[in-house]
Amino acid sequence: MFADLAQLTISGLATGAIYALAAMGFTLLWQTSSTINFAQGEFVMVPAFIMLGFLGIGMPLIFAFALTLAASALIFGVGFKRAVVDPMIRHGVLPLAIAAMALSLALQQGVKLVFGAEARSVPDILPDGVTRIVGVAVSYRDVGVLVISFVLILGLQLFLARTLTGRAMQASAQNPDGARVLGINVDRMILYTFLANAALASIAALLVTPIYLAKFDLGGPLGLKAFCAAIIGGFNQMHGALAGGLLIGVIENLTGAYFAPQYKDAAALVLFVIVILFKPEGLFGRREERRV
Amino acid sequence: MRTALRIAALVAILAALIVAPQYLRNYGIYLLSLWSLFAIAAMGLNLTLGYAGQMSLAQAAFLGIGAYAVALLVKAGVPFWVGVPLATLVAFAVGLLLGFPALRVQHHYLAFATLGFNVLVYLAIRNEDWLTGGSMGIGQVMGFAGMPRPSIFGYSLRRGIDFYYLCLAMLCLSTLLVWLLLRSPWGRAFAALRDNPVRAESLAIDIRAYTLLAFAIGAGLAGFAGAFYAPLVQLFDPSPFGLLESLSLLLMVVVGGSGRFWGPHIGAALVLLLPHWLQALLPAWLGPPDQWYLFVFGIAVLVLLTWCPGGLLAIPDRLRARAQ
Repeated sequence: MFADLAQLTISGLATGAIYALAAMGFTLLWQTSSTINFAQGEFVMVPAFIMLGFLGIGMPLIFAFALTLAASALIFGVGFKRAVVDPMIRHGVLPLAIAAMALSLALQQGVKLVFGAEARSVPDILPDGVTRIVGVAVSYRDVGVLVISFVLILGLQLFLARTLTGRAMQASAQNPDGARVLGINVDRMILYTFLANAALASIAALLVTPIYLAKFDLGGPLGLKAFCAAIIGGFNQMHGALAGGLLIGVIENLTGAYFAPQYKDAAALVLFVIVILFKPEGLFGRREERRV
Repeated sequence: MRTALRIAALVAILAALIVAPQYLRNYGIYLLSLWSLFAIAAMGLNLTLGYAGQMSLAQAAFLGIGAYAVALLVKAGVPFWVGVPLATLVAFAVGLLLGFPALRVQHHYLAFATLGFNVLVYLAIRNEDWLTGGSMGIGQVMGFAGMPRPSIFGYSLRRGIDFYYLCLAMLCLSTLLVWLLLRSPWGRAFAALRDNPVRAESLAIDIRAYTLLAFAIGAGLAGFAGAFYAPLVQLFDPSPFGLLESLSLLLMVVVGGSGRFWGPHIGAALVLLLPHWLQALLPAWLGPPDQWYLFVFGIAVLVLLTWCPGGLLAIPDRLRARAQ
């Protein structure tokens, strides 16, 4: 009983850590450029297929991933910012969000067109196998995912808090005009957040697709959960996204095992609705004021 | 003069829609019927999003609620013409409930809240086989023929062309009702809610009530369309009521021009009819448009929005503004 619960919690944490990676990117984009990236799930799905493309021409996994990272930084970092966000942002938050929805539709259908509708298996960088710790079966894979995600998230936190560039990024997010006065190249800082988001999404793809397979409609549920994680934790707090992601991963797993497997995907949504009804600023977030 | 021109154009289009089935085969008539119903549902969303400024990504769920409600009512022995208002009412009531999160959160939060609601409805329809037939479709609970087509005053609407005229009549009716609603003080209040909720509140507009109503009326229209969608397709499963369809409905509204009266009609035509016209016009080596159409459509919407976020109907304004 306890062993089952512990096992489910650990694998839930591992899935949740992947949601957290996507959620952090989401939060980053929102903070620096008011972009609600409705295509976040596709930013994870497309790199998986780019990587499959590189693997298909016989490249070793590590090179394929490195090239994927570069391609995705180019397309979803620089390209997305210049082609979609920059022209749309002056029209407001909502039109930009709708443009991102159109982008997500185009990416989904484009991948379906090129790679077909069937799910594809992706090789795993993490070792297979299970170890027992006080009677609880723990898979190496779950531990690996957790370690990689935590290192990335901690590294990002440290980068933002301790380095000059990181602090300039934060300043650009909190007060762009003030940052400009201080001689910070705000546009460049915003570009860095887009690059960071693209990298986080590609790594999430590397971690998630060996289990959940690469399929053109993978992005929908993933993006939704990333957003739920960001909201549940508090949209204006980075560590909130982490907490939200982990919480969703665990609750989802427990729902699937003890309550109703067919409603597993609904767990995040129910939690999300409860949070926005009773604490719309999120569990860790700050309240934002309404302006006239 | 301009009003006269507009009325003339409207009459011409309506006349074309009435005579069109004479020159179309069954599938063309079916598509036009589908267009009528999606235009109704998109009009509901335009009310919620375009006029009241409340983001909603759950319109397909209400279409599904209407379709399943009317089918299950007919199965229980309720006459179709009683089932339609009941199904509309069910969608209206659920829309009212969905409006409550909108009182707490706005914009993108609301988009995801409604999106989540759509996923929940979809999962419920798919998983509760005993009620809905699950992913096997309504035929599981209603018999192989599915939802029967109704008759009106003893005249059966079984034939596709007759049912099309019913759909077209319902579109005209809904269009008229929405037009009247928008010209009423309620319609003005919706626009006030969209443009500046705080100021609207200071002018004694009850923004709580209007937010809820915007959702409920929009949902009710989708439920109404769904109630006719069921007998149109007769056999259906949960798949037309998923997220992709809600997104399509949203893009219909946005492409036509969110907050423009005829936007939904044009948007629905672009999404539903254009791929089939393209099939006839384009060379065969491009392959069937239903495979690549949504991809091209997504890109086209992206380009349109970056250039002219007001949608197609805003292009004349934009050109005029540029000329001056």
